[in-house]
Order: sequence, then C-alpha cells, then structure tokens
Amino acid sequence: MTAYEKLKAARASRRPTGAAYVEELFDSCIELHGDRRFGDDAAIVGGIGMLGDTPVTYIAIDRGTDIHSRMAKNFGCPKPEGYRKGLRLMKQAEKFGRPIICLVDTQGAFCGADAEERGQGEAIAENIMEMMDLHVPVISIIIGEGGSGGALALASANRVYMLENAVYSVISPEGCASILWKDSARVADAAEVLHITAADMKQYGIAEEIIAEDFRNFPAMCASLRTTLERDLAQMAELSPDQLQQTRYERFRKFGIFREA
Amino acid sequence: MPMLESLIDKIKTAVAPSPIACTACRTEFPAKQMKKALMVCPSCGQHLRMDARARIEATVDAGSFGELFSDLKSEDFFHFPGYADKLEKAEKLTGEQEAVVCGTALIGGNPCVLFVMDAQFIMASMGSVVGEKITRTFEYAAEHGLPVIGFTASGGARMQEGIVSLMQMAKVSGAVKQHSNAGNLYVTVLCDPTTGGVTASFAMQGDILIAEPGALIGFAGRRVVEQTTKTALPQNFQRAEFLLEHGFIDCIVPRAELPETLARLLRMHKKPATDIA
Ligand SMILES: [Zn+2]
Repeated sequence: MTAYEKLKAARASRRPTGAAYVEELFDSCIELHGDRRFGDDAAIVGGIGMLGDTPVTYIAIDRGTDIHSRMAKNFGCPKPEGYRKGLRLMKQAEKFGRPIICLVDTQGAFCGADAEERGQGEAIAENIMEMMDLHVPVISIIIGEGGSGGALALASANRVYMLENAVYSVISPEGCASILWKDSARVADAAEVLHITAADMKQYGIAEEIIAEDFRNFPAMCASLRTTLERDLAQMAELSPDQLQQTRYERFRKFGIFREA
Repeated sequence: MPMLESLIDKIKTAVAPSPIACTACRTEFPAKQMKKALMVCPSCGQHLRMDARARIEATVDAGSFGELFSDLKSEDFFHFPGYADKLEKAEKLTGEQEAVVCGTALIGGNPCVLFVMDAQFIMASMGSVVGEKITRTFEYAAEHGLPVIGFTASGGARMQEGIVSLMQMAKVSGAVKQHSNAGNLYVTVLCDPTTGGVTASFAMQGDILIAEPGALIGFAGRRVVEQTTKTALPQNFQRAEFLLEHGFIDCIVPRAELPETLARLLRMHKKPATDIA
C-alpha cells in the first residue's frame, strides 16, 4: 500500500474508533468525565479499567460512529478541555501508581475560535510537558490518524505502537500539499514526502511496535494487542518511578537529525 | 568626471539601506531611525519583527553575550521538495545557520541563558536543529543553575523534517520540565508571530509569560479558525491583548521596557548561593 492508501485506510469511516478498543481491551471500565475547569469533551473518552489483573487508566480519542456522535465529538478533534481531562486522569493515575494507555486517533486538535480562546496551545503544551514527567508507565497506540500536536499531547509516552495502516504526521498531507504546491489535490505526493506510515515510524524510532490489523476478527486482534501491552507493562514494572520518567525523556531526547561541525 | 560621479551615486543608492515601512500604519522611516527605535514604529507604536542579533543587542548588557551551540546545521534527510534551497536562502538572508540563536548573557548584571528565535529564517519553524539547540539551552542552564529567557517567534513545526520535527516538541518540553524541577526560572517573551507547535510546547511552558504588544500568539492559523468557526473573529483575535484578556499570559511589556523588566525578574529569582562560572 502507498502512503496515500494507508492515509485513506486510517481515515476509513468503518475503522474501529477509540471507544471500540476501550471496550475490547479493558474489563469493568468506569468512565470518568470532565476537566474540572470548564467542561467535558466527548472527543476524549477516559476512565479506569482492568487490563487482565492490572487496573489501568485509559484515555482514548474517539471519532464517533454515526453522524450524531461524530458531531458531538467534533469528528475526533479534541478541545482544550479534552486535553485537560486527559491530563487530570494521567495525574490521577500517577497518584495511584497506575499505568496509562492512550489510544490516539485524530486529524488534529480542534481549530475553532472557542478552542483558541480557551488556550488550545497551552493545553497541548501542558500535556506534553507533564507527560514527560510522569512516574508511571505510559503506552500510546496510534490506532488511526496521529495528527500533529493534537496527537502528541497524548503520545509523549514510554512506548508508542502504530497500527499497521495508521499514520502519524506533523501536518495533514492536504495542508502540506497546499503549502508546497498550492494544490491540495496532491495529497498522495505530500503523504509520500512527509513519511507518515507505521514502517516510517519504526525506522526512525518514533514507534516501537507495529500492530497487525484484522478488523474482521476484532476481538482476536485486541486479545493479541492486550498480550503485547501486558508484556511491555511487565517489562516496565521492573523500572523505578524515576527510571520510568528518565527513560521516557531519553527516548525523546535522541530525536533529531542534523550535522555538527 | 560625470561618469565616475554617476557611478558613485549608483553605489551610494545601492549601499544606503532602503527605508523601513511600518506594517501597521505604512509610514516609512529611515532604516537607521527605525533600528534606533528598536523597530517600534515612531508614529503608531507597532512592534515590528526584529532579527535575533538586534534583539540580543537590545536586551543584554553590552558585550556580555557568549554564543552557544552555533555549530549545528540542518540536514535535508527526507530530500523534501525545496528544503535544501530554502535553507540556503535563509542562511544568505539572515547570515545565521538556523532559526534560533542561543547563548549566555547578563541582563542588568544578572546571569541567564538566552534563546532567541528569528522569524526571518524559514518563519523560525522548528526542525531538529532548533529543537536540539533549545533543548541544550535548558540542559546547560539546569547544569549551571541558571534561569532561561526565551524569545519565541515561529510558524510552528518544520514540515520539511516531517515527524522528526513534531518530536522536537516533546524533546524540548522534557528539557524544560527538568530545568523547572530543579527550581530554575524560565521566562518566555512571546514575539510576533508565535504559532503552531511552538505555542503548543515551550512558548507556553514558562513560569512567567510576557508578550510584546500586538504580537500574534495562537495555535491554529486565523484562516483555519475562520473556516472552522464560520463566524467573524474579533479584530484582536490571537493578539497579545486577547490572550491577556483570556488569562493566558502574565503581562504585555513594550520592547523598550523589556531589559529592565527582565532584570527585575531575574533579580527577584536570584538563588542564595549559585556557583556561576
Ligand atoms: Zn506605524
């Protein structure tokens, strides 16, 4: 598949959404609402659930499944209150020593005037900075589209998984095409030059794991994903809280390609 | 010798800097006068964009600046259309290697580490080098127990470096947090324009956020917001005054008063016993 075909697959409307993964991966989930500041953003679903025998905090971006839920969820574009809810739940997880699992699927943070008024940039900045300082394990899974800062705000993790056809990009290929060639129709070319596929992420160390997709056997696929999560959480359980924070910093510290005279 | 005279005239006009027009009121002023006024329009007070070196000169004690990490250069590792060309042109235009200048300095006698972004260099977008230099600035400051003063101006992440540029947001944020956890001060001066991934990371992570009057500060571009919201936006939307009103910055300080304000803040955060080399 080309990068553009993967982009289309990542955005396909029948693709399972964040909430579907939550339901399949975790048992006895209790959803927790609100950022305690302004409101409750339906684009982000969060709570506590059991991953096997381990209680975990889950935070999932959810695009919705029909026109009503998609409208209510802004098509999976979180607002500042969504990111702040996510951060609140992450801090709570840290207090109780719970691992955090984030499911990421967004074109990007919501770009409305209300989001700007309530500090979209500040909300994302705060999430990223505080995630870099968490003393519990954090695993982020890009299940569909990883749209720039709006995705990174839930993906500054110890480990990042990419679904086979998920994409992760600094800018939407449409946006890139219109800047580069003043032609948003050249999405396919933009997708290529931006390097957005799971294989690209693995190559550059942005993601540790590529998860095979099998949506026709979704429960089986999630069972396998659960095994991978449990394996990684067991490995990270060997690390002290400080080591968890330190190794996360080192993971991101190494990113950058440049020359030094 | 009329030929020689006309030649001299030609050279004079070629060498004499062209006047600078205010971006707000359009009044033209001789370059020398505008620069002396710190690029603040003498007629309407508009704060025009300023290059990194001029900013440093206008902010720090004379002769106190010692540049750091100047030998880092960007690479076109994705062979991205037009990137190599863009880098070369930006270098020629600015005389800088990249979009941020870092170093140690004294402000009103107070030691600090500075990073100053230069919007003339590919809109000071953040690629590997910008991310690395700012990260090193925080690491250096943390190691020496020094405060960081950061002048931000940026179009956001550098698309030409793809996902690697996005990762710089987390890298810098991690360094900011480590510097902060050690009890060190970080003051951000938000300059025109601070947008995208830079707003969504280290620009908003300061202990104290100062903005220049009228500076554009936001996450999404105005046009994108208009298309999304489909309503007219207030005139001062995403301007420093708008952010102050909505509680997202601490204060707005005119350029001429910045050195004094920064010196006072640095003095008030002085640690009792620092060993400054
Ligand atoms: Zn003017």
